[in-house]
Amino acid sequence: MSQVFHPAANSIARISLAVGALAAAVGLVLVLFVLPRSSYATRQHEARDQPVPFYHAHHVGSMGIECRYCHSTVDRSALAGIPPTKTCMNCHSQIWNQAPALEPVRESWRTGKSIEWVKVYDLPDFVYFDHSAHVNNGVGCSTCHGRVDQMPYIWQEPSLLMEWCLECHREPERFLRPRSEVYDITYETPPDQLELGRRLALEYDVDPQVSCSTCHR
Amino acid sequence: MSHDHIPAVPVTLEGVRRRPGGGAQRRYWKSLDELAETPGFLEFLHREFPEQASSFEDAKGRREFLTLMGASLALAGLTACTKQPEETIFPYVRQPEHMVPGRPLFFATAASHDGYARGILVESNEGRPTKIEGNPDHPQSLGATDVFGQAHVLGLYDPDRSGTVRHLGQERTWGAFRAALGQALEPLGEAGGAGLRILSGRMTSPTLAAQREALRAELPEAQWVSWEPADRDNVRAGATLAFGEAVEPQYRFENADVILSLEADFVSSHPASLRLVREYAARRKVDPLKPEMNRLYVVEGSPTSTGASADHRLALKSSAIEGFARAVAAGLGIGVEGGVDHPWVAPLAKDLERAGARAIVLAGETQPPAVHAIAHAINEALGAVGTTVVYTEPADAASDGTLQDLVADMNAGRVEMLVVTGANPVYAAPADLGFAEALERVPLRIHHGLYLDETAVLCQWHLPAAHPLESWSDARAACGTVSIVQPLIAPLYGGLSIHELVAAFIEGSEPKGYEIVREHWMDVLGGGEGDDFEKAWSRALHDGVVAGTAFEEKAVSVTVGDWARAPEGGPTPGLEIAFRADHGVFDGRFANLGWLQELPRPLTKLTWDNAALMSPATAQKLGGFRTVETGAGHVTDVVELRLGGRVLKAPGWILPGHPDDSVTLHLGYGRTRAGRVGDGAGSNAYALRTSQARWFGTGLEVARTGETMLMACTQDHWTIENTANQAAADRHIVRSATLDEVAADPHVFEHMGHEPKPELSMYPPHEYPGRAWGMAIDMSACVGCNACVTACQSENNVPVVGKEQVGRGREMHWIRVDRYYQGPPESPETFHQPIVCMHCEQAPCEVVCPVAATVHSEEGLNEMVYNRCVGTRYCSNNCPYKVRRFNFFLYQDWDTPTFKMMRNPEVTVRSRGVMEKCTYCVQRISRARIDSGNEGRPIRDGEIRTACEAACPAQAIVFGDVNDPESNVSKWKASPRNYGLLEELQTRPRTTYLAAVRNPNPEIPSEASSPRHHG
Repeated sequence: MSQVFHPAANSIARISLAVGALAAAVGLVLVLFVLPRSSYATRQHEARDQPVPFYHAHHVGSMGIECRYCHSTVDRSALAGIPPTKTCMNCHSQIWNQAPALEPVRESWRTGKSIEWVKVYDLPDFVYFDHSAHVNNGVGCSTCHGRVDQMPYIWQEPSLLMEWCLECHREPERFLRPRSEVYDITYETPPDQLELGRRLALEYDVDPQVSCSTCHR
Repeated sequence: MSHDHIPAVPVTLEGVRRRPGGGAQRRYWKSLDELAETPGFLEFLHREFPEQASSFEDAKGRREFLTLMGASLALAGLTACTKQPEETIFPYVRQPEHMVPGRPLFFATAASHDGYARGILVESNEGRPTKIEGNPDHPQSLGATDVFGQAHVLGLYDPDRSGTVRHLGQERTWGAFRAALGQALEPLGEAGGAGLRILSGRMTSPTLAAQREALRAELPEAQWVSWEPADRDNVRAGATLAFGEAVEPQYRFENADVILSLEADFVSSHPASLRLVREYAARRKVDPLKPEMNRLYVVEGSPTSTGASADHRLALKSSAIEGFARAVAAGLGIGVEGGVDHPWVAPLAKDLERAGARAIVLAGETQPPAVHAIAHAINEALGAVGTTVVYTEPADAASDGTLQDLVADMNAGRVEMLVVTGANPVYAAPADLGFAEALERVPLRIHHGLYLDETAVLCQWHLPAAHPLESWSDARAACGTVSIVQPLIAPLYGGLSIHELVAAFIEGSEPKGYEIVREHWMDVLGGGEGDDFEKAWSRALHDGVVAGTAFEEKAVSVTVGDWARAPEGGPTPGLEIAFRADHGVFDGRFANLGWLQELPRPLTKLTWDNAALMSPATAQKLGGFRTVETGAGHVTDVVELRLGGRVLKAPGWILPGHPDDSVTLHLGYGRTRAGRVGDGAGSNAYALRTSQARWFGTGLEVARTGETMLMACTQDHWTIENTANQAAADRHIVRSATLDEVAADPHVFEHMGHEPKPELSMYPPHEYPGRAWGMAIDMSACVGCNACVTACQSENNVPVVGKEQVGRGREMHWIRVDRYYQGPPESPETFHQPIVCMHCEQAPCEVVCPVAATVHSEEGLNEMVYNRCVGTRYCSNNCPYKVRRFNFFLYQDWDTPTFKMMRNPEVTVRSRGVMEKCTYCVQRISRARIDSGNEGRPIRDGEIRTACEAACPAQAIVFGDVNDPESNVSKWKASPRNYGLLEELQTRPRTTYLAAVRNPNPEIPSEASSPRHHG
């Protein structure tokens, strides 16, 4: 009986085992560490379909409307507030009041039914985030929401993973800005950010806790 | 049932007596099973959950379970890769003024379950009422609530509420009803309303009273009967006997040094209970360095929370209390005959006399009118009127005749149309009246109520009522103060309020409740539509009270009448029965509210059932009566109760401290049409209750039936290892002393325990440079009313698990009130100890968690991270205080839409397989931290009030920053009464207790009935 396996079979088997193990390890790393951080899982930078094609770039960028005109409870409440239809109609009863794209707004105004916006920054239900605690302590809108003035449709700028939250909660000095600049969407981090941040953290008595119950309860 | 394999070792009195409960040192025990050390008790003691709790006893077998488990594990792995489902946001179209999404609003209104208002503040989250707090500006609630007030929101969202108008069971519209009513009223109107009767509950609403007058003007012959199953007729009749008019006594406990309660359960069944408890408890928070406190004597026929907190409690059959009261009155030199002497009478009378104007005698609504008259006479003789008691007119409107009169009219065919609103007479009327049969003789029967209940199904028309949180109304508190009741939400089930219903009878028009109530107050407050009225109206709505509506004091004097003469016939020997309103379901109207069904009753610790409560000796007379504790619940003998030819079967239950030859049965159970939660629970006490024996009746016969029943009693659940029988193991969980002992040595409590030695710890100490949260609970003030338990359940979305699960020790309450006895089972002293998470600085639970799901915060909170928890239950196994609760199943109702609206949006709704426990209301801490940060100021002391603290009528709980020496909690913890539980374990608990102080009268004879000096 001739040999079933060629003498090289041993080497091939060993190499395949090694390659297989390596592939499994790489796969595991991918599945456990890379995939959850990928924009596929986090839905980062993914514009969503909305019932009304609302352009932040136009309203914020071109018209220069400040964030709080619409998100009026951002400094008082956990929720920044999605504007009521009334806010849209303040202007759009006068301008673009026949535009077909704005028909859902007018319909809402007529019928009293809410416009059903798709949530873009959607935290899990066991996370309790508070806008007021951030904007009152020198965390700017654009720190988390990015250059909204340049976004046509709004997308999620950061990953919203817990490690991203902790980046700032552990070292707030890297991100703090003066309270007067919080709503400035074009604000740029100065070169002496760390020094400024440390000074502001002291001045504002910033104490971002990293206990679990800070956000989970 | 699964309890068959449990070794059936019952509690026997011999077994209990063999083990010394007394001795030189005080021993505290929770149950007879503990005294007898039955296997059932030991199972609950040594395991964090009984064996049955861990076993998987589903219809599906174990193999199938493993198969499913494997498959679901694989699937769970896959689902982890899926993305979050897309969610949408519904903004307002026109956002209401003052509304900030994400911030709750609080509205002042009033809650009343028995007609009397208690001021409340309702938390509203985006228009959904979610939590009840007390209104600090209301004179009868003073910021506190009771269990019923807390359960108000559950009642609102109850999915079993009726939602449609029905005629003969068929769905109809309101329009159809109005048309039918118009037709029926026509002939009635011609007769001046002669055949019209309205039956309602107690009526304190000024608007409703005005509507009744308007109805009378239109239909002068119509009659309005108001009736409550748990009536206060004796209070009225007693005042009429003594004073000639039905005045209402208003007690002032802040001035009372000596209180004698003749079966008056002012802790749980008095219209002013919240205020009375506050005033009573304030005088019991003893400073050991300046020892001084009030003294409470309670004589009662059925153990109550009031009796449990007394300095001297005498267990007498209800029928024997009159003789005792007469003897006390005679002892004070009042010309009252018929006293039955008792060793307590002379020293008690002496004590009352010594206190003089600063003494007070109260009679309970369960005692006959003569006892009330005697109490009034004693108070007058002591000079107490004006100091500890004043008299005013009663808050409730008088009824047009009694229920008996109404039934007589119905039987005689004099009633053409009966409208029943807010009452359930078919279930709750005295059994001798035969209400259901009489009802059949009424041609037109209309029922208006929250549920399609026992009465509704016997009426042709059923009309859904709006809940008090859905409607405009008003109500008086016992002191007369009026609160406007304002709606927090539009009617969820399309109901109408009682005002809107009555309006349909008067004008046939359809005014809204708002218009009716507002127009009434426009007449009362004056000023027409002008600014003055608007101001007064807004102020009344904002404050929750209408200023200046409290009653004036009335000068009355006692006239001695027939009541002072000895009653005919002596005390009746033999067995008697006592009926009492239930602490949870009250008279049965709350039977469908799971929070109240599952609330361990203050003394029995029973849930989901009532029972025939009796003393150990009475049970022994039944011959072979037994109750066996198993890991799945208590299996107890069912007894047959016979009274006046009526028969009822009920589970028997031995209750330490119950008077001999008496059986207590609580009302409110055995309902057949309460809803999915309440149907079939317990035994219907109304089947035995007659109009003569409303609160107690003699001639009872009791016999064992041979049947047994499984009961869910929590008294041995979560027992901290400290058995009464092992002197070496005594860890001094409960510490108490008399006022004299405290006066002799203010540090008496510190000597009771083992001093912790911090240097022995294996862990490095953790620094808390900033805030450090802590809590102190005063056992001297706690009256065991359970308001904290329900408040916590409401605030923290704590689920209801059901009777079967409670039996297995799986109840989920984050705060439990441990009830301890001390002394012999016949007449023990009782202590209440509310147990929350201790938030140990060196927490045993944290070091054993393999996934770091329970960790410590910078401010010293022991946190539970639900999304990390994998359900190993190691933490609860390692918790010496047994405060951790595990979701064995999906206890939360995730589907019913109304329950989704009810939940606190600030607290995660837990799923199965997750451990949970008290968080010190971390959501409230977060709220205060963020608010104070936004305003750039430190958190003020008292700004954070945990749900239990806020609800407590006794103010027995205080929470705050222990790093701040000026905070209230620091001051409490500095008291020599302060001690921690199991401090010798080096856990460094942040929750500590202030030891109980009792103030016994050394002249009261020491043997027999005195709880204190038993051995």
